Amino acid sequence: MSTPQTHLETLPRSIHLLMAMGFLALAAFPFVGSEFYTAMVVRMMILAIFAMSLDLLQGVSGLVSLGHAAYFGLAGYVLAFITPQNEPISLYTSLPLAVGGAALAALVIGFLVVRTHGIYFIMVTMAFAQMVFFIFFDNKALGGSDGLFLNFRPDAGAIDLENKQVFYYFTLACLLAVYVFLRRLLWSPFGRALSGIRVNEHRMRALGFNTFSHKLAAFTLAGALAGLAGYLWAAQTGFVNPELMGFHMSAHAIMMVILGGMGNFAGAIVGAFSFEYLLHLFKDLPDVGAFKTGKHWQMWMGLFIVALVIFAPKGILGMLTRAFGGPTDRQESGHD
Amino acid sequence: MDFVNFLIQLLNSVQYGLLLFMLAAGLTLIFGIMGVVNLAHGSFYMLGAYLAWSLAAKTGSLTLAILLGTLLSMAFGLLLERLLFRHFYHRDHLDQVLLTFGLIYVFEELRSILWGDDVHGLPVPELLAASIPLTENLSYPVYRLFMSGVCLVLALGLYLLISKTRLGMKIRAGAFNRDMTESLGINIRLIHAVVFSLGIGLAAIAGMIAAPVSSVYPNMGSQVLIMCFVVVVIGGIGSVRGALIAALLVGLVDTFGKVLLPQASGMLVYVLMAAVLLYKPEGLFKQ
Repeated sequence: MSTPQTHLETLPRSIHLLMAMGFLALAAFPFVGSEFYTAMVVRMMILAIFAMSLDLLQGVSGLVSLGHAAYFGLAGYVLAFITPQNEPISLYTSLPLAVGGAALAALVIGFLVVRTHGIYFIMVTMAFAQMVFFIFFDNKALGGSDGLFLNFRPDAGAIDLENKQVFYYFTLACLLAVYVFLRRLLWSPFGRALSGIRVNEHRMRALGFNTFSHKLAAFTLAGALAGLAGYLWAAQTGFVNPELMGFHMSAHAIMMVILGGMGNFAGAIVGAFSFEYLLHLFKDLPDVGAFKTGKHWQMWMGLFIVALVIFAPKGILGMLTRAFGGPTDRQESGHD
Repeated sequence: MDFVNFLIQLLNSVQYGLLLFMLAAGLTLIFGIMGVVNLAHGSFYMLGAYLAWSLAAKTGSLTLAILLGTLLSMAFGLLLERLLFRHFYHRDHLDQVLLTFGLIYVFEELRSILWGDDVHGLPVPELLAASIPLTENLSYPVYRLFMSGVCLVLALGLYLLISKTRLGMKIRAGAFNRDMTESLGINIRLIHAVVFSLGIGLAAIAGMIAAPVSSVYPNMGSQVLIMCFVVVVIGGIGSVRGALIAALLVGLVDTFGKVLLPQASGMLVYVLMAAVLLYKPEGLFKQ
């Protein structure tokens, strides 16, 4: 069954240094980047939060969810619903409501799905996410296939989120807070127990851990953090549609986590940035004669994914670590 | 709902269920025997439909198109198995998910490059274009009965193949214990290739015979893929019998849901799945 892949839980110093440099670069970016690219970086940061929330399930706990976008989209929809037509809603009421809504959905669905294992878990998370997708897609009252518009970003008192720069730094602060929180969680008793469940659930149960409630708690927390990302996404773009909770969004999140290297959250950030940038590159390819290369971006993305899984299943951080001579693959044993 | 309406809906649900079974059978076999999650299974359904459409236009006969298309798609399945899937039988499920998701994108674009992004209709063959009158203004198209018939024949064939033939015996042995089967001198690689290509063939045939009814359109595979996942989860992974019963169940719930509870019809199938999961987390017929 699920053979544990490399999980660089302890990041080598070189990676720490790179992450710190990356953070400084992000902090300086609005001063040098154009408006277009600044907005793109905001989207990347939001997706990085989303990818980190999935990494808690996929990389840390070994639960591959193919329906994580449901909670991302749901929180965005909550914000879209509770934002009035002609005035903004307070951040301090809307954020807890949106994140709480996503967490509640994750709790209910999680209650059903975490009792399944391996391939069932993949299929069932995907099916439930699809159910959420169709609830919104089929109901005109919920926006239907067109989605909903938001006229205002949330009102945060002294912090003016309508200002693009302020929103950029607000998102950056969220990204940093979620990263620090998850890194601490990873080394907490709860995080260690989740890692243990990934490596050998039977043994954890024999040791007296209630694995069901651990997994359910992780699933709910991941749903809540995905909700935070979805909330920010809706506030940034001013628009939500069912695609946000669709199958492709969920699959893209898995891709981001893999692309960066899973199980350590830093990889999820690197993966989200790289994936979004690649998407941008592929969609912007110049035409070759009559052949619209950019229009067929899915072809290049598909081939890239196939190549990635064949040649570099450990992701960018895995390659970097090898290049820098950091700790090599830690052999994780413990099969049933 | 009077009796005639009920009969029509019942026939529709059986027809939909059997069509789902054709796809789910391949999905569940490929998982049960090779341990591979194939997200791209729906793409073969789409490929089948487009093959039927373009070959029927070239040859002028849907029957010929279906025969040719089956051969082509099975050959394509063999090629894919040899080049890609064979190397993923022992990999993590996560890697398989990624590989097959990447393939969905590639197949979708190949379809776009080869056949364009338009929706196409495919006429029902003249021989089967008639309708059976049930009352003065209600009738049932013969072609739908034909679809159910083809699916039933193939399901029966699959059953006989797996449970009564020597090849079927080897397939079952391989699913049960791969190493032991191999050490008995059975070429397990060949068995895998045959099963994979069979699964792809079934999915493509489902797409081809559904094409005149559902028409041919981009992304037609993803919707049906998720329904097949539901079928496989309800039936129990690896169980062909479970897939048949679950497919008929899903067909019934979906079709009657659309008539009786139109506002919640999209959800009902998932509610069914949730109920089964609460009762039996491994599906109804887990092997």
